[in-house]
Amino acid sequence: MRVFVCLGNVPDTTTKVKFTENNSVFDNTGVQWVINPWDELALTRAMELKEDSGSSVEKVTVITVGTKSAEPTIRKALAIGADDAIRINAEPTDAYDVAAKLAGVLKNEDIGFVMCGIESCDYNGSAVGGMLSEFLNLPSVSSVSGIEVKGEKVSVSRTIDGGKEIISIDTPFVAIVQKGISIEPRIPAMRGIMMARKKPLNVVEVPDTEVLTSHKSFELPQPKPPCKIVNPENVKELFDLLQNEAKVL
Amino acid sequence: MAVLVFTENWDGKFKKLSFELVSYAQKVAEKLNVPVVALSIGEVAEDELKKLGDYGADKILSVTNEYLKTLDNQMYTKVISEVAQKENAKVILFSHNNTGKALAPRLSVKLKAALGSGLIDLPSVADLFTVHKKVFTGKAFVTMELNSDIKVLTLSQNSFKLISSDNNATIEEYLTDIQESDIKTKVTSTDKETGKLLLTDAEIVVSGGRGMKSPDNWGPIEELAELLGAATACSRPVSDEGWRPHEEHTGQTGKIIAPNLYIAAGISGAIQHLAGISSAKYLVAINTDPDAPIFEAADYGIVGDVHKILPELISIVKESKL
Repeated sequence: MRVFVCLGNVPDTTTKVKFTENNSVFDNTGVQWVINPWDELALTRAMELKEDSGSSVEKVTVITVGTKSAEPTIRKALAIGADDAIRINAEPTDAYDVAAKLAGVLKNEDIGFVMCGIESCDYNGSAVGGMLSEFLNLPSVSSVSGIEVKGEKVSVSRTIDGGKEIISIDTPFVAIVQKGISIEPRIPAMRGIMMARKKPLNVVEVPDTEVLTSHKSFELPQPKPPCKIVNPENVKELFDLLQNEAKVL
Repeated sequence: MAVLVFTENWDGKFKKLSFELVSYAQKVAEKLNVPVVALSIGEVAEDELKKLGDYGADKILSVTNEYLKTLDNQMYTKVISEVAQKENAKVILFSHNNTGKALAPRLSVKLKAALGSGLIDLPSVADLFTVHKKVFTGKAFVTMELNSDIKVLTLSQNSFKLISSDNNATIEEYLTDIQESDIKTKVTSTDKETGKLLLTDAEIVVSGGRGMKSPDNWGPIEELAELLGAATACSRPVSDEGWRPHEEHTGQTGKIIAPNLYIAAGISGAIQHLAGISSAKYLVAINTDPDAPIFEAADYGIVGDVHKILPELISIVKESKL
C-alpha cells in the first residue's frame, strides 16, 4: 500500500518571531525553514514501516501545499527516504484552504493511509489532518502515538486520558499523529541527499479553494518581571512566596 | 439559534473542562443573545447532567448510543452536526484537547464553518467575529477573524474561570440511528489508569529535567507532587532517554499545559520546553546554573542543587500540613 505523509514547511522552532506591516504579517527575513516536527516524526514512522518486510507499505509519498520556496524542505523529506513528492503550487493560507487543496489531489489517489502531524509549530491550529479526513470522507484517528502494519492489517494506538487504546481500522484512513509515533526524527544521510535530487517532485495545480479565516494582527507577549531569586539556604522563603504572594499553594 | 457545547465525561463524571466550556459558552451566548445547549455523549446520570446547568447550560441533550462508547471521529462528528443543525447553532464549542482536536476540524468542514482553535479568551462579536489565540507555540498571539455564518471554536484548558449560574436546565434524550456497521474504528484493547491526576488537568505540576541526573532520583519529585496534589512532568531529554514515560514530556512536541504553578527542577529551559509551559501562571525554577534560560522565564528561582532543595521543600510542605 501507499502511504502519504503531509508536510508543513515551518520556521525552525528556535526562531525569534517578528512581524511586519503593522504587526499583521509574519516577518520571514532570515528564517530557517524546516519540516514541521510532528510531520517529521510521521515520515520517520512511514519509512520504518516501508523497510519492515512484514508490512505491506511499499511506497511513501510526501505532499505539501507551498510555493517553490518550500522545495528545500521537500527535498529534505526525500533525502530522509520518501520515494516521491507532490507539491501543490499555492501559498498556504488557512487550515481549511490547505486541507481542501490536499483533498483535491488525494481524492484521486489510491491511498493506504495518510499521516498528518497533530499540529504545526507556526499557527498551532491542530486542524489540517481532521479537516482533510472530512473532505475525503474517510475515517480518522487522532492523537495517534503508534501505527503497526502486519500485511494489510493496520492497528493504531491512540492516547487517551490516563492511557491508550489500540484501534483496528481498515484502509484507507487518516492518522493524525503525535509524539510516540516515533521518538527521534531521522536525519538524512549523504547517500539519501544525493538520491533525493533525482527523485520525482511533481508540481500540481488545483482549483481555487475557500479561505474562512484571516489574521488581523499579531502581538508579542508582555515582558515578564524579573525572576525573584531566593537564597538556597532559605527554602522556606520560596514556600512563603508561593503561599502568600502568588497564592498558589 | 444557540451556542452548542460538546462536553466530555470520564467514567460518567464531567471533566472540569466541561464546566469551563459551559461557563465560556454562557458568556458567548450572552453577547449573541441566544441560549446555551450542552451535548453529552455517554452514560451520565441525571444529577450529573444537571450540573451543566449550574454553569450556564439552558438545555442539555444526552446521547447514550451503545456504539458511541469509544470515540469514533466520523460518527461523533455526524451526531454533533445533526444536533448543531437541529438547534441552529451558530457557535459550537470544544475543548482544545485530544478529543476536541479530533472532532472540531471535521465538524468545521461538515458545516463549512471557520475554525478558531486554542482560544485563550472570549471572542469579540462586534462588526467582525474575532478570536484571540497563541501562535508560534506561545511566542506570539494573533487576533484572527472568522468569516463564516457558523463558527467552531476550541478553548485552551485552564484558560477560563468557572462561572456559576442558577439555570434550571432541561434535559432531553437525543436519539441517533448509528449502527454498529457505521463505526470504522474498532477499539480492541484499552489500557488506562483510572483515578490518576491528568497532567493537562493539574493545577500544580512538578517537573524534572536532566539535572535530576538519573531516573533513580525521581523520588522527591513524586513525593512533592503527591503532597501538593500535583501531577508529574519532565523535559524532552528525560523522556527521550526513557527515564520517564512520554506522556510526561512537556514542551513544544509534547504536552502544552497551563497549570497555576509549575515547578521546574533541574530543567535548563530550552525554548522548546518553555513553549509548552508558557501559559503556567507561576513558574518556579531550581537549577545549579545561574545563567540557565529557565530563570528568564521563571517568577521565582533558587540557584542550587535540586537534590538538596527538593527534600528541604518537602519537609517544609509537610510541616505546614497543606
